[in-house]
Amino acid sequence: MNSEPNPIEAYPHWWRLLFGRFTLESLPLHEPIVVVTFLAVAVGGLAVLGLVTRYKLWGVLWRDWFTSVDHKKIGIMYMVLGLVMLLRGFADAVLMRSQQAIAHGGSDGFLPPHHYDQIFTAHGVIMIFFVAMPLVTGLMNYVVPLQIGARDVAFPFLNNFSFWMTTGGVVLTMMSLFIGEFAATGWLAYPPLSNIAYSPSVGVDYYIWALQIAGIGTTLSGVNLIATIVKMRAPGMSMMKMPVFTWTSLCTNILIVASFPVLGAVLALLTLDRYVGTNFFTNDLGGNPMMYVNLIWIWGHPEVYILVLPAFGIFSEVTSTFSGKRLFGYASMVYATVVITILSYLVWLHHFFTMGSGASVNSFFGITTMIISIPTGAKIFNWLFTMYRGRIRFDLPMMWTVAFMLTFVVGGMTGVLLAVPPADFVLHNSLFLVAHFHNVIIGGVLFGLFAGIYYWWPKAFGFRLDPFWGKVSFWCWVVGFWVAFMPLYILGLMGVTRRMSSFEGTSLQPFFIVAAFGAALIACGIAAMIVQFAVSILRREQLRDLTGDPWGGRTLEWATSSPPPEYNFAFTPMVHDGDAWWDMKSRGYKRPLEGYKAIHMPKGTGAGVIISAIATVFGIAMVWHVWWLAAISFVGAIAAVITHTFNYDRDTYIPADEVARTEAERTRTLALVKA
Amino acid sequence: MSARAPVSEQVHVEVVHDHHEAGHGSRKAYITGFVLSVILTAIPFWLVMAKVFPDPRVTSFVIMAFAVAQIVVHMVYFLHMNARSEGGWTMMALIFTIVLVVIALSGSLWVMYHLNTNMMPMSPGDMRNMP
Repeated sequence: MNSEPNPIEAYPHWWRLLFGRFTLESLPLHEPIVVVTFLAVAVGGLAVLGLVTRYKLWGVLWRDWFTSVDHKKIGIMYMVLGLVMLLRGFADAVLMRSQQAIAHGGSDGFLPPHHYDQIFTAHGVIMIFFVAMPLVTGLMNYVVPLQIGARDVAFPFLNNFSFWMTTGGVVLTMMSLFIGEFAATGWLAYPPLSNIAYSPSVGVDYYIWALQIAGIGTTLSGVNLIATIVKMRAPGMSMMKMPVFTWTSLCTNILIVASFPVLGAVLALLTLDRYVGTNFFTNDLGGNPMMYVNLIWIWGHPEVYILVLPAFGIFSEVTSTFSGKRLFGYASMVYATVVITILSYLVWLHHFFTMGSGASVNSFFGITTMIISIPTGAKIFNWLFTMYRGRIRFDLPMMWTVAFMLTFVVGGMTGVLLAVPPADFVLHNSLFLVAHFHNVIIGGVLFGLFAGIYYWWPKAFGFRLDPFWGKVSFWCWVVGFWVAFMPLYILGLMGVTRRMSSFEGTSLQPFFIVAAFGAALIACGIAAMIVQFAVSILRREQLRDLTGDPWGGRTLEWATSSPPPEYNFAFTPMVHDGDAWWDMKSRGYKRPLEGYKAIHMPKGTGAGVIISAIATVFGIAMVWHVWWLAAISFVGAIAAVITHTFNYDRDTYIPADEVARTEAERTRTLALVKA
Repeated sequence: MSARAPVSEQVHVEVVHDHHEAGHGSRKAYITGFVLSVILTAIPFWLVMAKVFPDPRVTSFVIMAFAVAQIVVHMVYFLHMNARSEGGWTMMALIFTIVLVVIALSGSLWVMYHLNTNMMPMSPGDMRNMP
């Protein structure tokens, strides 16, 4: 706790009325690292703004992207958001790895402990909420409507709004770096540390409001995609003919809708504790901090499966496409997904075995945790049997899939190890745990997302990604991952706890240096990926795919052009088979060349941007206790929502002759390819 | 496969929206629901105010039973829940929700009840005076 006098005392009354608890001392001018970062960000940001203005892109950005309700564009915006935040989250990781590589034997490293605490908190929050979630949501947004033969999601405006609410959470988190500070509590902000007595400053408030605002977006996008999958499938596509990625997306969104309200509620209770002095999670008046831990993991464990299920879906699509075979055991894959969905609600206590529950509670949750590895193992075998006797093509998506299988199995095994309560009592809170969850989240979720990005990029942009730089990136990432995290497993087994900013003695230093080297390799992987994007965009004419089906795909998204027209499909396809597009191709499908009708489409609106911006201002006002602004923005957000309900100008028709023109263009392109 | 029509004919079929949405209920259903809710609300009030049962714990359990009945009445008469609406999806969603809520509540109670299992043994008197 800070024993210094609170600087706000020195400020006049009108200042406090106007700016709440914001003071000039809130700007971290005394932290050289932050100041330099701020300067770099400011220069970079101004350069981007300047370029956008110079090339007169504001109108294009606003009309065609920010206010668009097209699921494809929103999907791409989610991906951009996730990849940009990956850079921020990874910068935090590099800081931590280098700090821990240096701070041994009397050296304090270059990060003061309080700053270090904020960095590991921000790293966790950003990587889960603002990297993995946007990337997963982005892929689902882009691919699901195409896979089920729909023209957009069920609630197109809501989709745009969800994206901007997520962005609002990002804005709050990023702002905390330069104005005030971020939570120094760890990524789940356990009380009593996160309560007002021990975290009196703005950090935890930034955390709370960023997650609440982004959480609204996530929940709504979950509702949206469930409705889309349940109600908007092409005729003939029964549940058991849905592509596996759509199935896993459905289960993920069910998990989102069922679990995110719990997160919202538990954060609301913490907010009450911090703002109005209730005692839900203090030790006084019947409060209990352990209730927070219990509740947040009821959200937190399903969250793990929210992230990994879509990745499983991607691997299923990739494996079957690149093995040139129907997926082995489709039905078992679906049932495994559903079983994981339900079981994910029965294991949450394994995150706090050491809380003090008795043997019966711990063994129940230990056993359920071990059981959940059975459906997951079944999936691995399904992928292996799909590859067995397949004609496997090792393009980039398939390379990531194989890397996933090798890496994820190890992560799964250390997970089962941690599921044994007595072992967990030894390994709890150690670097072994840190290595385990990075092993499954990087090896499972991130590798899956990369496979998905390489797989669907040609669909989204009409050209493939450069394979050379992709392979450089792949090897740097995979090798870097193993080099970075294997030392942590070893250190964890030696009993080193997580979240340490310095170490006595130098005996552990070699391991941390190896881990830092691994992080450097991963940095090369990220750099190679950026180079790859740049090179591919420059060489897009050589990498162009005109067919719309560059990989020999099996599902409906490959039936349309790349990039797909705004309306996705001129005619809604009829589905007769699980691998609908494969079935169509093998039966000699011919594109219909006439009989186009005007297509009814949703119309873009700026309401999503505006409402989310007001909500973000509300978050900032609440963080800084600027009550007048909080009141105005709260009323303003509700007023904006109500106003938007009176907007009846929500749809538009793409005229039949425009559809005919677009489709004729495609016919010409396809003829060109054949010739 | 040979029994199917040629593909080029099939793709021209426009999407047929299936219209088994939830019914909107009749006036009679709404009145039945309203009367039932009033009755189910009045009885608990009477139980409390007239102190029908000497033991308040019995009263609270009876009230909870009425609350559950009230929830069912609302769902059937006001939210038009039945096994057929939306092709069974609403019922499925309800069952899933109930399963999760039961897991979360009973699990939390069990977990929190077990919280002090590994603590030093104490007399009931000490336990009662714990903060």
